Amino acid sequence: MALASDPPKAGFRLSMLIYDTRFRSITIQIVVLLLFLAGLVWLLNNAYVNLEAKGKDFNFSFLWTRAGYDLAQTLIPYSNDDTHFRALIEGLLNTLLVSVLGCILATILGTIIGVLRLSQNWLVARIMTVYVETFRNIPLLLWILLMGTILAETRPVPKDFRLTEAMKAAGEEPKASMWFFDSVAVTNRGTNLPAPAFDHSLGVVDLGWNLPVSLNALAILAVMSASFWGWRRFMARAKAVQEATGTRPTTWWPSLLILFAPISALLYGLGFHLDYPQITKFDFTGGFQMLHSFTALLIALTLYTAAFIAEIVRAGIQAISRGQTEAAYALGLRPGRTMSLVILPQALRVIVPPLISQFLNLTKNSSLAIAVSYMDLRGTLGGITLNQTGRELECMLLMMLIYLTISLTISSLMNLYNKSIKLKER
Amino acid sequence: MSDTSFVRTEMLAPRPAPVSQVGAIKWMRENLFSGPLNTALTVFGLLATVWLVQAAAPWLLHGVWNANSLTECRAIIAERWGPEATGACWAVIRVRWNQFLFGFYPVDQYWRLFVTFAGLFLALAPVLFDALPRKLIWGTLLYPLAAFWLLWGGPIWGPVSVLAGFAILGLLFTALAPKLGVPVSAGIGLVVAALFWLYAAAPIEAALQSALPLALPEVDSDQFGGFLLALVIGVTAIVVSLPLGILLALGRQSDMLIVKSLSVGIIEFVRGVPLITLLFTASLLLQYFLPPGTNFDLILRVVILVTLFAAAYIAEVIRGGLAALPRGQYEAADALGLDYWQAQRLIIMPQALKISIPGIVSSFIGLFKDTTLVAFVGLFDPLKGISNVVRSDMAWKGTYWEPYIFVALIFFLFNFSMSRYSMYLERKLKRDHR
Repeated sequence: MALASDPPKAGFRLSMLIYDTRFRSITIQIVVLLLFLAGLVWLLNNAYVNLEAKGKDFNFSFLWTRAGYDLAQTLIPYSNDDTHFRALIEGLLNTLLVSVLGCILATILGTIIGVLRLSQNWLVARIMTVYVETFRNIPLLLWILLMGTILAETRPVPKDFRLTEAMKAAGEEPKASMWFFDSVAVTNRGTNLPAPAFDHSLGVVDLGWNLPVSLNALAILAVMSASFWGWRRFMARAKAVQEATGTRPTTWWPSLLILFAPISALLYGLGFHLDYPQITKFDFTGGFQMLHSFTALLIALTLYTAAFIAEIVRAGIQAISRGQTEAAYALGLRPGRTMSLVILPQALRVIVPPLISQFLNLTKNSSLAIAVSYMDLRGTLGGITLNQTGRELECMLLMMLIYLTISLTISSLMNLYNKSIKLKER
Repeated sequence: MSDTSFVRTEMLAPRPAPVSQVGAIKWMRENLFSGPLNTALTVFGLLATVWLVQAAAPWLLHGVWNANSLTECRAIIAERWGPEATGACWAVIRVRWNQFLFGFYPVDQYWRLFVTFAGLFLALAPVLFDALPRKLIWGTLLYPLAAFWLLWGGPIWGPVSVLAGFAILGLLFTALAPKLGVPVSAGIGLVVAALFWLYAAAPIEAALQSALPLALPEVDSDQFGGFLLALVIGVTAIVVSLPLGILLALGRQSDMLIVKSLSVGIIEFVRGVPLITLLFTASLLLQYFLPPGTNFDLILRVVILVTLFAAAYIAEVIRGGLAALPRGQYEAADALGLDYWQAQRLIIMPQALKISIPGIVSSFIGLFKDTTLVAFVGLFDPLKGISNVVRSDMAWKGTYWEPYIFVALIFFLFNFSMSRYSMYLERKLKRDHR
């Protein structure tokens, strides 16, 4: 009698590649791999033949040639004599700038909205629901275009801010006025803000490759971090004293002194003041002008992403059962400790992964900047550089590679975080 | 002793609750003014609402529907409400209604769009509501080809031969699957169908066309636009991306190393780049990677890449659903002796898909919103493409708000109803045995 567990007697037959589950997965994998490689070879061969037919080659040397176009907003010095590579870096920095600012603002706004949507207040909860549904269900492109239009069409032209002698004599007021004690002017071109200035500037140091760094900013940063470090040390000592003797030394005025005295002294020494924008004949001079392309994109990205973050925050808070709060109270924890020790660690486990993927979405969505002519990576490398050099293949592949690097970096950090907070199961 | 008149013999009627504890006042005290913070929030909310209504209401109320240009609109508003009044010029929507909805589709062929659109609901009905007879699903399966023929026109025999290929695939699969198993029989079916499409289809089509010329006038892809374009791209991508997403998710969960790494590679690559770069790939790069001389329709290229994009997101959503299933479900399926595909079809997928419904629907909503991005590759989407066309007409130069509001409203209606349907589905499928 043959038992069911007896091994099959016959040796290897070809049909076992399909029927035997031991071999089938290998067969399938080999077939898939062959198909994939064949497809890849086909694509690459096509690309080779097509490039040949068009008389083009595949190289990135165009990156080191003169760009020849100007950029409106640049974070590091740039002129049209610089290379395409420098323009690429400008675009990348602009992308990162709007993304990072957008992520910070959207997180703040989204958290407020998410909490308010759960509020007991009927009216506020309804308003927040309307906000979330409106922004989630209407395309982001519309919000970007709308913000651009609002800023460009409803704001006055710069000369409306001007107060001429004739108007002064007639006792008239200018048509438009500046905000915040005459320090901020929003025209149809941009937002004019006061800029920090120094009477006794320390100057700038060039890091090479025309990357100037302001020594003033470095000094301020160094003093501030030293103050903060000192304050931390001071507070730790106060705590040690309290634990040893039972009485806590006075901390409030030494804290203020440590945190603010050095920086005030430094700023005074440097002759720090604000350079306010002044209206001249046609436009504002002085201060710092933030272009509307940037503002519109930032506002639209923030408002849109905040609606999604609000939902994530709401879901995170609702995921923690009331019993957790009650249990913490029963243990004698104060509300603040309950929040920081019991509720937040659990809610954050639910909130953080989707939050990071919203950050990724925001970064990717910033490529819609083209709608308001903000020169991000897609505008420089994937826009003007591509059109000028005619190297679609190189530009697009490079751009995808850069975006992919940003995304994969962020998502691998997220995976690390997920692993560290994962509930341990069997 | 008997005279105890100071003791009441009947109950007093209960006194009414204090005014502050009943009705609207109680509700307001509890919901609007329960503390200083809440009161401040309420006041702030009220102020914001009032400000918004004050700013928008006159403009909306002064709207003009009957005019032929923006200047005419402004003249009418000034005449009716005074020279300082502002108002919406809805006339632009009325006059350019056809363009917003259908782009530049030939006017005498509009009936085809109506038939396709009505057919969409007929085809969707058996999928969305399970009270309907199951046989209707065959109509749903035929619908894509019928819709393609109706929208783009041309001889009917093209779609018919595509259908014949699928019929060959289906027949071979049902005949071979019990003997050879799912992957092998599907592979054989695909190869035979592909051979049919490559070599046999064209001559058969030509022969049938000369024998029985049944054709609709052809419509070019650059004549598509407006919400027609958004719906064509959106619906196709939604329908195709779901099965593709399921396959990618299964591939990612698979034990087979090569299948798994390929799936992970595709998913992570597509999710890592913005959709707009994929669209530019469709318009600029695809010509490099296809055999020289191949030039197929831009809408089709865009649809393929949008589908791929959506599929990667849906794959991740479904992966979440698969991961949320307890291991016991997989083990139970194995214990019942089900093979891989049976276990997926009968046990795993029904549960995993149910868990992922909210995520899938929000991917669909995102996909539908993303159809507006096709404006950047030169297609006439309703938001940017058509609005720019409308504004390039001197009569409507400077109309910004009205097209935006109109388009926003339509998108909102579509997406909001999608999200409500997903909530209905969640409630219907809920099996809470806790």
